[in-house]
Amino acid sequence: MNDTIHMEQAVEIVCIVCPNGCRILCKPSGDGASFSGYRCKRGIEYATAELTRPMRSLTTSVKTVFPDSPVVSVRTDGEIEKSRIREVAFALGRIMIDRRLKTGDVVAENICNTGVNVICTSDRLVHPY
Amino acid sequence: MIETLTFDVTVVGAGPAGLAAALEADAQGAKTLLIEREARLGGILKQCIHDGFGLVRFGEKLSGPEYAERFMEQLPKSKVTVFTLSFVSKIEREDGVNILTLVTRDGIRLIRTRSLVLATGCRERTSRQIGVHGRHCAGVFTAGTAQYYTNILGKLPTKRCVILGSGDIGLIMARRLTLEGAKVVGVFEAKPTPSGLTRNISQCLWDFDIPLHTSKTVTRVFGEARMSAVEIASVDDCMCPVAGTEEIIPCDALILSVGLIPENELAESIGVPIDPKTKGALVDERNETLVSGVFACGNALHVNDLVDYVSESGETAGKHAAHPLPIQRNLVPVECDASLLYVVPQRLNQNTEDTERVFFFRSSADLDNATLTVTRNGQTLFSKKYAHLRPPEMERLSVHLKSDQLAGAEPVCFHLEGSRNE
Repeated sequence: MNDTIHMEQAVEIVCIVCPNGCRILCKPSGDGASFSGYRCKRGIEYATAELTRPMRSLTTSVKTVFPDSPVVSVRTDGEIEKSRIREVAFALGRIMIDRRLKTGDVVAENICNTGVNVICTSDRLVHPY
Repeated sequence: MIETLTFDVTVVGAGPAGLAAALEADAQGAKTLLIEREARLGGILKQCIHDGFGLVRFGEKLSGPEYAERFMEQLPKSKVTVFTLSFVSKIEREDGVNILTLVTRDGIRLIRTRSLVLATGCRERTSRQIGVHGRHCAGVFTAGTAQYYTNILGKLPTKRCVILGSGDIGLIMARRLTLEGAKVVGVFEAKPTPSGLTRNISQCLWDFDIPLHTSKTVTRVFGEARMSAVEIASVDDCMCPVAGTEEIIPCDALILSVGLIPENELAESIGVPIDPKTKGALVDERNETLVSGVFACGNALHVNDLVDYVSESGETAGKHAAHPLPIQRNLVPVECDASLLYVVPQRLNQNTEDTERVFFFRSSADLDNATLTVTRNGQTLFSKKYAHLRPPEMERLSVHLKSDQLAGAEPVCFHLEGSRNE
């Protein structure tokens, strides 16, 4: 993992960690970067990741065999590299769920070798609310 | 003979506000009924499968269904009576008691309830409300409808679309449709600044190279049975399209994310006064409307951007609906000048033991280094500094105000000052 920051000019990064949406100004500084405008340390972590290896969680839906819920919502249970979002979303498009999974059940293990699992995020297959 | 049931508290709508209100009223010992017109509880959260819900409340990034289930799981442990597939068709008031006519699968029922909590959510603005002209062809969807098609029905409503309006649901749907293989040509916003949260513009548009065009709007729609194109034009400072700037964009759908309006048909039917700024009911800090015994919460009260605050608003309404004030309320008006879009609540009780009063407000412009001052009779009751304020980002503020600070009829005034961020 190469986490060294190489930057030539200042960039503004909008932190997506929490609803504050801090606008973090990142300036080249020595071998790395200096940060301002963040309201907590998660902002520095996010900005550092954005400048090295941007990570995202993915939420999408997966087809099922059940007519009452033709799709069910899922998400990655951790973050994956931003550059692999489309690849993972495409892989999930080929999955068909044939069991009545509940919230938190694993839909796909270690999806596309990203090291994270994809989990079901709704009880709509098991609960007749 | 129509069956009549009696409850202390009846909550209309089982979205996040209604769920929280019903659970809180029950926890306070009130005999509580929760009414939902759909088959499933959860309201709009059922189709909001993206994450980010619950950061304030649970410290976790949950999807909408997961957030709703945190509340739904508590229902079997409570004494709340739940009616689904039930629709309130009429409310009447009789000696301060609310009588609801309910259409259910088992026929008509009457509900007598001392306190009524309206948690009816909001509705999306449609194409007819924003003056999009042209053919009545298929392909015009509100963002919420496109979301329902995609996330609940599993049907993609478009292969190539234009999104008009930069509200949060529109931004979320730009990403969602892109992930499902549709081409989102761009998001067009008539105002000079986007109306969604900054973080959503970043993670939904920039992450997927979807362009955002401000000061542009859709002026015409083309197509016979199905949409074939839209016409886009730049708008001037008065939001009027500028001749000569028109551009035709081929697409099969126009997705609208042009604002939400609180749903108040039931409230208005019993004469609940509405705030023209929020388009929801006028309430005191207990979320009781100006009609005693009728409460409002969640997006029916004012359109929120975080569900966590919707739940809080429901809990406030549920708690106080369970404990009605034994005496006539003496209310002091809360006012804001043009520097704020609105402030909720719009009234404060003079005679209450609680001194903590929670306010929600939005600034009317992008401000840096802003100061909020709350005054009464020219005296400052409270002030607070903010590094940035943006109209799309609602602020929550808790202030301790004692009863003696609220004696008399003069209004409490909210005012913002700061440097405008253009």
